[in-house]
Amino acid sequence: MFNKTPCAVAIGTALMVIFSADVMAADSAELQKIHNEIQQLKENYEARIQSLETRLKDAEAFAAKADDKASQVASAPVSGPPSGANSFNPAISLVLSGTYSNLSQDPANYRITGYVPSGDIGPGKRGFSLAESELGVYANIDPDFYGGLNFAMHPDNTASVEEAFVQTIGLKRGLTFKAGRYFSGIGYLNEQHAHVWDFVDNPLAYQAFLGTQLGEDGLQVKWLAPTDTYLELGAEIGRGRSFPGSDRDKNGAGASTIFAHAGGDVGINQSWRAGLSFLQTSPQNRQYSVIDAAGDTVKNAFTGNSGLWIADFVWKYAPNGDPAFSNFKLQGEYLRRREDGNLAYKVDTSPVISSYASAQSGWYVQGVYQFVPHWRVGLRTERLSSGGVDYGVNNANLLRPDYIPTKNSVMVDYSPSEFSRLRLQLAQDKSRQGAADNQVFLQYIMSLGAHGAHIY
Amino acid sequence: MKNSVLIAFSIMFLGLAQGASAALNVFACEPEWGALVQELGGDKVSIYTATTAMQDPHRIQARPSLIARARSADLLVCTGSELEIGWLPILLRQSGNDAIQPGKAGYFEAANYVQMLEKPTRLDRAEGDVHPGGNPHIQTDPRNILLVANALLPRLTQIDHNNAAYYEARHKAFADRWKSALQRWEKEAVPLKGLPIIVQHKGFPYMENWLGLKEVAALEPKPGVEPTSSHLAEVLSQVQSQKVAVIIRAAYNDGRASDWLAERAKIHALALPFTVGGSEKATDLFGLYEDTIQRLLSAIK
Ligand SMILES: [Zn+2]
Repeated sequence: MFNKTPCAVAIGTALMVIFSADVMAADSAELQKIHNEIQQLKENYEARIQSLETRLKDAEAFAAKADDKASQVASAPVSGPPSGANSFNPAISLVLSGTYSNLSQDPANYRITGYVPSGDIGPGKRGFSLAESELGVYANIDPDFYGGLNFAMHPDNTASVEEAFVQTIGLKRGLTFKAGRYFSGIGYLNEQHAHVWDFVDNPLAYQAFLGTQLGEDGLQVKWLAPTDTYLELGAEIGRGRSFPGSDRDKNGAGASTIFAHAGGDVGINQSWRAGLSFLQTSPQNRQYSVIDAAGDTVKNAFTGNSGLWIADFVWKYAPNGDPAFSNFKLQGEYLRRREDGNLAYKVDTSPVISSYASAQSGWYVQGVYQFVPHWRVGLRTERLSSGGVDYGVNNANLLRPDYIPTKNSVMVDYSPSEFSRLRLQLAQDKSRQGAADNQVFLQYIMSLGAHGAHIY
Repeated sequence: MKNSVLIAFSIMFLGLAQGASAALNVFACEPEWGALVQELGGDKVSIYTATTAMQDPHRIQARPSLIARARSADLLVCTGSELEIGWLPILLRQSGNDAIQPGKAGYFEAANYVQMLEKPTRLDRAEGDVHPGGNPHIQTDPRNILLVANALLPRLTQIDHNNAAYYEARHKAFADRWKSALQRWEKEAVPLKGLPIIVQHKGFPYMENWLGLKEVAALEPKPGVEPTSSHLAEVLSQVQSQKVAVIIRAAYNDGRASDWLAERAKIHALALPFTVGGSEKATDLFGLYEDTIQRLLSAIK
């Protein structure tokens, strides 16, 4: 290895010796000239040595790098970046689901006693049927946006767009905006797709107050607080097209929500999330059919204001915080709705318009326990309160039953892998007065392709 | 209702006025990277480690606490190679934090800086839980730790320029200590060369490569698939014919399958720390490999 100083000295000395004989004989001018030449030579060499030294340093650094590399594995080939026209294609996932249902009551006349029906409710068809199957396509659009589309294929051969949204990624300071069609951020279950539900169906309260799940066309903003405890605030304005709202031909927003969620860990084994949400809609001519006091099936329409509060919590336990082997999840939600406005009784034939006011509530609590890998059992109990309903002058035409719908469900599911699940669910559904429905469901849920991460 | 929306917005914008904290906030997905950042960052960094050695890093849930911590991180240090695919994307999307998004200086994937092993030639879920980028458990080879440290240093100095000299000095001191520790470990581990082993999960190819261990079989019939009794019976016959000395698993793995087999085959079942915190002695990166080698050596005594 070179060392700069001794090297320069050696070369300098050699030069001195070579020239010294001439130096003795020369005059002072000559001497000066020689001196200059030596100086120049010295500088020349100095520069060359310096450049050599730099090269050496580079080589050393390179060798060190190669050393690190060499000390590492060499058996796997280094692959280049993926190429091909489809390498930028979004993640595509397909969820296949089917059920077999055995129901002791006819699902065709399913109605939650004392509740305004919302359309998409009930236990579904008897016998074999396709459950909701979904096709999802999601990807980052560019460094600033993420977007996706989720098609749901329904048992009756219709398809619907469940989600089609764009959202910001990595805005600063905890802000996220979302626009398009999306599941509203209210409550706990509302944002979850059917294939991650712990039971075959959504709770009665979700069916009664949200028509199973609130999808919204609109704009959402969420803000995450810069705290170690999770605190998220959100607000949405939207079209209010789906129950409890109604589609309408009007500028502006038909629905707005506001929600707050907090959460965190307790020690290493437990985690939780709790929230409070409010949904405000102003349905216009929201129609539904019902059996009136005379026993006839009639069509009514509601126009007015609807406000829904949801309080939700979920608590999870996993030994060491590792849910892989066993874990337990307890969740519950309480929903309370107030509606007031006008009701048109027999809206199609001979309408009788009256005032309408109602205050109704409901809750569910469920626990799901994974006792060994792959196997889970779950228990859900739920109850609705018909509360107070006032039809004004139509109190004479419409029934106001004093009834408390209840339902209890038990399920066991087996997941051979995280991509497949088979489920058996037994339920006693007393949502219809005087007609307890004993239900047996068998269900499969399989997911193909890209398998996105699940929300908490 | 309109008022409450207004109030919500004002609270949000009040939040915007908050200033940043002094130390560099680092979110480490796994304990080994938290420990490495600690070595390089000293007291200039404040580290939150998202998982523990007792948790399966493939199967973490995107808990609220993790989202909250991702929100305030300046630098995210993770393994990558899709190890965190089941939870990290949610944290990133919900964090509202531009500093740690992929492609930014604050997003660091360790697997990008080492030579990956076991890159699958066939991507099919019938093969179990496969990682297209290669086996993500790179931390079982300490030589990888140095490579990752080398790549991490420029990130730290880039994000926290004011403390660049501090990070450089600590990196150099760490690299020196690490190189001499490496020599020591390799010397100690000489008797392990060629040792036939059985693994529970295919989590050790890098360690096998480093120490010259010979993996004979895995208790999981496919990666991420729980051991089945028929597969265990098959492995048992392999143990007898191939003179396997030891069954190894990570600290977070359930021990029943390997204990069952160890008892039948009359061989050792070892829980290796796998990462920092995985055993009493694995309190830092040095302890991790020291303890790993000691445990392996104890099995052949
Ligand atoms: Zn793995």
